[in-house]
Amino acid sequence: MSEQTVPGVEQAVALGLTRDEYALVIEKLGGREPNEVELAMFSLLWSEHCAYKHSKKLLRTLPTEGPAVFMGPGENAGAVLVGDGGLVCAFKVESHNHPSAVEPFQGAATGVGGILRDIFALGARPIAILDALRFGEPSSERSRYLLDRAVAGIGHYGNSIGVPTIGGEVYFEAPYETNCLVNAMALGLADRSKMIRSAATGVGNPVVLFGASTGRDGIGGASVLASAELGEADDDKRPTVQVGDPFEEKKLLECSLELLEKGLLVSLQDLGAAGLTSSASEMASKGEVGIDIDVAAVPLREADMEPFEIMVSESQERMLCICTPDRVDEVIAITDKWEVHGTVIGSVTDTRAMRIFRGDELVGEMPVEALVDDCPIYDLAPEKPSVPLYPAPAATLAAGTDARRTLLALLASPNVASRLPLFEQYDPVVQSRTVRRPNECDAAVLQLPDGSGLAASIDCNGRRVASDPYRGTIEAALECAANLACAGAKPLGTTNNLNFGNPEKPEIAWQLTEAVRGLGEACRALEAPIVGGNVSLYNQGLDGPIYPTPVVGMVGELPDVTKAGRLGFLREGDAWGLAGWNAMPSLEASELAKLRGEALPDGLPDFDVEHVLKTQEAIRDAVRSGDLSSAHDVAEGGFLVALAECCLAGGIGARFDDGNALADDRSGRPVPDEILFGERPGGFIVSGPREALERLADHTPLDIFGTVGGDALDVAVGDTSFAVPLAELHAAWDGGLRPFFP
Amino acid sequence: MRFGVVRFPGTCDDFDAQEAAARVGDAELLWHGDKDLRGVDAVIVPGGFSYGDYLRVGAIARFAPVMEEVVEFARAGGPVLGICNGFQVLCEAGLLPGALLPNTGRRFLFRQVDLVVERGDTMFTSQSGGTGTTLSIPVKHTSGRFYAPETDLDAMEAGGQVLLRYAPGQNPNGSLRDIAGVTNEAGNVFGLMPHPEHAVDPLTGSTDGLTIFASMAAGVGAHV
Repeated sequence: MSEQTVPGVEQAVALGLTRDEYALVIEKLGGREPNEVELAMFSLLWSEHCAYKHSKKLLRTLPTEGPAVFMGPGENAGAVLVGDGGLVCAFKVESHNHPSAVEPFQGAATGVGGILRDIFALGARPIAILDALRFGEPSSERSRYLLDRAVAGIGHYGNSIGVPTIGGEVYFEAPYETNCLVNAMALGLADRSKMIRSAATGVGNPVVLFGASTGRDGIGGASVLASAELGEADDDKRPTVQVGDPFEEKKLLECSLELLEKGLLVSLQDLGAAGLTSSASEMASKGEVGIDIDVAAVPLREADMEPFEIMVSESQERMLCICTPDRVDEVIAITDKWEVHGTVIGSVTDTRAMRIFRGDELVGEMPVEALVDDCPIYDLAPEKPSVPLYPAPAATLAAGTDARRTLLALLASPNVASRLPLFEQYDPVVQSRTVRRPNECDAAVLQLPDGSGLAASIDCNGRRVASDPYRGTIEAALECAANLACAGAKPLGTTNNLNFGNPEKPEIAWQLTEAVRGLGEACRALEAPIVGGNVSLYNQGLDGPIYPTPVVGMVGELPDVTKAGRLGFLREGDAWGLAGWNAMPSLEASELAKLRGEALPDGLPDFDVEHVLKTQEAIRDAVRSGDLSSAHDVAEGGFLVALAECCLAGGIGARFDDGNALADDRSGRPVPDEILFGERPGGFIVSGPREALERLADHTPLDIFGTVGGDALDVAVGDTSFAVPLAELHAAWDGGLRPFFP
Repeated sequence: MRFGVVRFPGTCDDFDAQEAAARVGDAELLWHGDKDLRGVDAVIVPGGFSYGDYLRVGAIARFAPVMEEVVEFARAGGPVLGICNGFQVLCEAGLLPGALLPNTGRRFLFRQVDLVVERGDTMFTSQSGGTGTTLSIPVKHTSGRFYAPETDLDAMEAGGQVLLRYAPGQNPNGSLRDIAGVTNEAGNVFGLMPHPEHAVDPLTGSTDGLTIFASMAAGVGAHV
């Protein structure tokens, strides 16, 4: 190798490696210190973001196999079989938290761009985006700025590239004030026979880079931004945030799919975190081969880039493919047609080494295994915190407020208010598959060519997970499945994004361990295995860690998409009722408790997972049969809020005919807030012909309480009785977030 | 009856428009780089972000080789439909009057809106149910505020060029006189901001948009 300066251990530490890890790198290099190129590559591939070194052992405990699984964790995304055979749905969620906290528009936009590339790198056409967002309270100017720009960034990328944003969720809680979360989930659809993997094979095969040229943007993103806590003076990190170009990606997408359609590729991989370094090394690792790369062949935006900069640049909208030598000309011609000009930058070798050249000069040589597989994996040291980690939320609603005003306050609160001011900034219909748009059903529903439907949902209530990481995470998975059930869909597979604080701290390690335990149990019970996901750690700023936020994304299927469920009340005269609850819900960690400024409890009430699953099955079957007019699961805000949401989505009122059944034997005495506003998994508001509800009651506890109709929500439960005109409900609900998007 | 759907790099609603047109006739894609309309009977310039909409919406697409053919086809009286970005492209190409400015809200906006048919007797609206009919069709755009000088607007109104207006109170973008869709003077080129191709199936929304494609098919059928 050519003579090169050795940066040394202090530089390694500055790039995020520990001293012990640096010593191990020397050992893996046969006793010599890494040069600049090698150190840059090791520091990225051995970062938390790329190596999962604090989460890998936990992730191995998750269920990953099931009858529908076509591709499990390890590829660019997971995939499940859908429809009548032959079709595959690829999906995955990924985070772009720290980039978004530093530069929200580009951070969120490139988060969408990155997850879309993961999908079409498999040969699947991206068909939908969902997102999970977390910000501080909107009373803070900074949170409003992050919200506004992140939403604009998501819309900019998804709308421009022609992939519909069909769903998502957003929560506002003080612990996300300095460290917002931007998680994006994408779904793709592929012909099973056209899918491709990323393993490099065929010694002598050329490696072709296509898409945007390579610049200095995003250098160090994976190690500097994604694998450390945020602190003061993060403005300095803005240059490490990449800049996205959805038009370039649209061409890249169409080009990639055309290359695969014509059967020209051996393997395909996108360039994401750690750029060429990670893409090429992972392709070599999976194919058990070596790869030579000539950085002098890489088309550059800036002429004077150093080899290490070229290898670690995170310039967006680039792909790497491998083809056989006789196909190179055809491959290049198609990339030229789409104006994403391909260039041969290397070849597959039998060396099992990554060798980096600049022209004829060898500037780096590392065993692939050392780079990709030999990063040390750490045991966590979990310890349940002895004192509360999070301060009580600020009170915004006085104790003793009456039920009517409480209902309106909840509907206007940031976590419950209408999401339409956000969703109106996204295109939900492009590609013509969308059967249920946001706020038409608890899950988004897409039609497939054979007449079946695909449903998707994403969810996680961080405050409940913070109260009880184990049960809170089970609740998040059950909530996704409940959303699918309301659409009439059964879960096929799950993806997840584990957003946590610094795992080296025992209390965060405990949150992470408990959450993964809950996630595994829930996905086993739901028969919805984990097919892929992402981990985002070190999400904490100067004021402490975020709420633990294991975002769960789930994809399910329904046999007949024309029977897809609705959340809104539909028909005057329908009966409505509450299904599923077999025990009193609790106000602990509820939305109302938050508004009242109550501290987070130490643990959530226990509940019977089997019972919840049986209820979901009953709801799903009833929706599929076409029996019900509507189905909506009871979540944040509890029973009355869910009821109001059914009225708002349907544009029709409802009344109680037999509210005393709800108050039980307490008739005539004050109705406890738990009944009206308490939260607990497994409750659903359903409507339809009375006989349909009676049939459903054979399968799950169900009380028919009233009748759909009129232009007001008319509440009469025990001694609580009031009416709210629909217009007043709507003003509260719609006005919660709309002022933040003037 | 054969529709040709123009495909630029950055077009998003090309397949949607093709599928919508295919419900009432045959439909194929036309590549932006080809100076060839392949003998189609009608041209659709669909929505999306042609060439990334860099510089100004629709400003680069008008220079595409295929657009020379579209302009010639239009001048010869061939039916041309421009949807959203396609409307912007046709304005930039001088085939339609007026311009589309950024929404007054300055944001991308998706919304299902009601449109009132101002003239039900044209080759684009003959199957719409007639003058005064209300159509439910979604809009989705950042730059859809129709603008033209007052005297031009008066001339367009007098010449019967305004075919669609947003229903009262539903103007989503600040368009002058609530204009949602206009034709050229000859009446054979029609541009509209709403997306009729996303209103062709009760399962995914409404079927009100299909009437525009059906009108074109009926019009061409009558001529052939």
